[in-house]
Amino acid sequence: MNKKNPVREHILKSLQLGMRPDGRALEQYRNVEVTYGVSKTAEGSALVKIGDTEVIAGAKLSVEVPFPDTPDEGIIMVNAELLPLSSPRFEAGPPGIEAVELARVVDRGLRESKALDLKKLCIKKGEKVWAVSVDICTINDAGNLFDAAGLAAIAALQDAVFPSYDGTEVDYDTKTTEKLPLSKTPIPITVLKIGDYFIVDALQEEMASVDSRLTVTTTADGTICSLQKGGDVAITLADIDKMITLSLVQAKMLRKKL
Amino acid sequence: MAYTKRLDGRKQKEFRQITAKAGVIKNADGSAYFKIGNTVAYAAVYGPRELHPKFMQDPSTGILRCNYNMMPFAGMGNRVRPGQNRRAKEISMVTQKALLPVVDLKEFPNAVIDVFVELPQTDAGSRCAGICAASIALADAGIPMKDLVSAVSVGTVDGTIVVDLDYGEEAYDGSVADIPIAYIPSTEEISLLQMDGEITKETLLEALEIGKIAWHEIIEIQKNALKEKYKVSGEENE
Repeated sequence: MNKKNPVREHILKSLQLGMRPDGRALEQYRNVEVTYGVSKTAEGSALVKIGDTEVIAGAKLSVEVPFPDTPDEGIIMVNAELLPLSSPRFEAGPPGIEAVELARVVDRGLRESKALDLKKLCIKKGEKVWAVSVDICTINDAGNLFDAAGLAAIAALQDAVFPSYDGTEVDYDTKTTEKLPLSKTPIPITVLKIGDYFIVDALQEEMASVDSRLTVTTTADGTICSLQKGGDVAITLADIDKMITLSLVQAKMLRKKL
Repeated sequence: MAYTKRLDGRKQKEFRQITAKAGVIKNADGSAYFKIGNTVAYAAVYGPRELHPKFMQDPSTGILRCNYNMMPFAGMGNRVRPGQNRRAKEISMVTQKALLPVVDLKEFPNAVIDVFVELPQTDAGSRCAGICAASIALADAGIPMKDLVSAVSVGTVDGTIVVDLDYGEEAYDGSVADIPIAYIPSTEEISLLQMDGEITKETLLEALEIGKIAWHEIIEIQKNALKEKYKVSGEENE
């Protein structure tokens, strides 16, 4: 795939020498920063910087009618907006497949890890439950949006407090001190394979030259709670082994930033 | 009861605290961050670049396209559904009109200059904050400009003229007039003028006079943001 892409050829040549476009080693992550409470209008928010990549996640809480098949469970929704402000690649308008995939990968990590105890978000069975909406907005895309979005989402949930609720109406102006029933920290790490090389925390130009990528979401005890393979090239079992091993190491590092 | 003491303790003609920064988004050709009180705006400028669809191209000049958007969690109450609603569309339009008089796009036939304004949190005055940020971002992108544009609202709360209404004042139980204004200092012209509420002609003109002081002060803050980015190291920042 992409055999004639000169950028890919260049990246591949550098990788043979153990170098990345920004001088990093293959398995080296950029500097990571998490800032909480960047949006006072959200119930919880966080800004995550990974190198020059910057995303904001905001969590809003509301009281909704539960889904009929889960009458005693709260609702979690994840949405991602690839803002045209953050890259010349993005255009205004409804989310494209890239934004949808990003949101769904983050959503699955949160949902399948059971990070949020949805039963505790039930107010009255079959009638009222708390709904948690996490919106991820990109500020600057310099690659690796999956990891940045996933980290921002979990950080925003950790930051969130319930607004006050009197049984009929939510008062967003009065926040309580009560935190969300959050027990786990699922962290997605994306490993790329270009040629025979594996890299973590890919830059945008590396993302564009990828053969295959694997996003592995793990919790603190090393349990894998979601996987997403991307890229046009298939991978071997040995590749999967290598990619999961790499992601476990990086997830441990990223979790310390929370 | 006259409105003599402002809800957040500000003086009558005092705007909220401002933080302004130029060049905050690496991918953009120009960008800015503008925070006034609890209202935060990011602006990014991309272009001049080729305009699509092609039929919108103008061979005599470049086009300025503005896009105002609140992040879904940026509203005071419920989550706002993503995507442009009627309000965002209108604000995008008036933002473009507010900036057009100061930019010179004749050099860029068939091209577009895109301005994206994004708000992660708002507490009234978001279109003015967006215009302030956009104006810094356009200058940062090196777009030919005659001047910067500054913007802040003036208005009346229970008959008292105030500068820069916050959400509490907009929602004040009593008569309120909220007038977002964009101002071009070099020509003393106004390029954004809207109003909600009730006001007399005399009070309106008085409020606009009072606003001038604030707009001139805000222009200085915007200029300083640009000077800060472009200062040569070792040079005194005046």
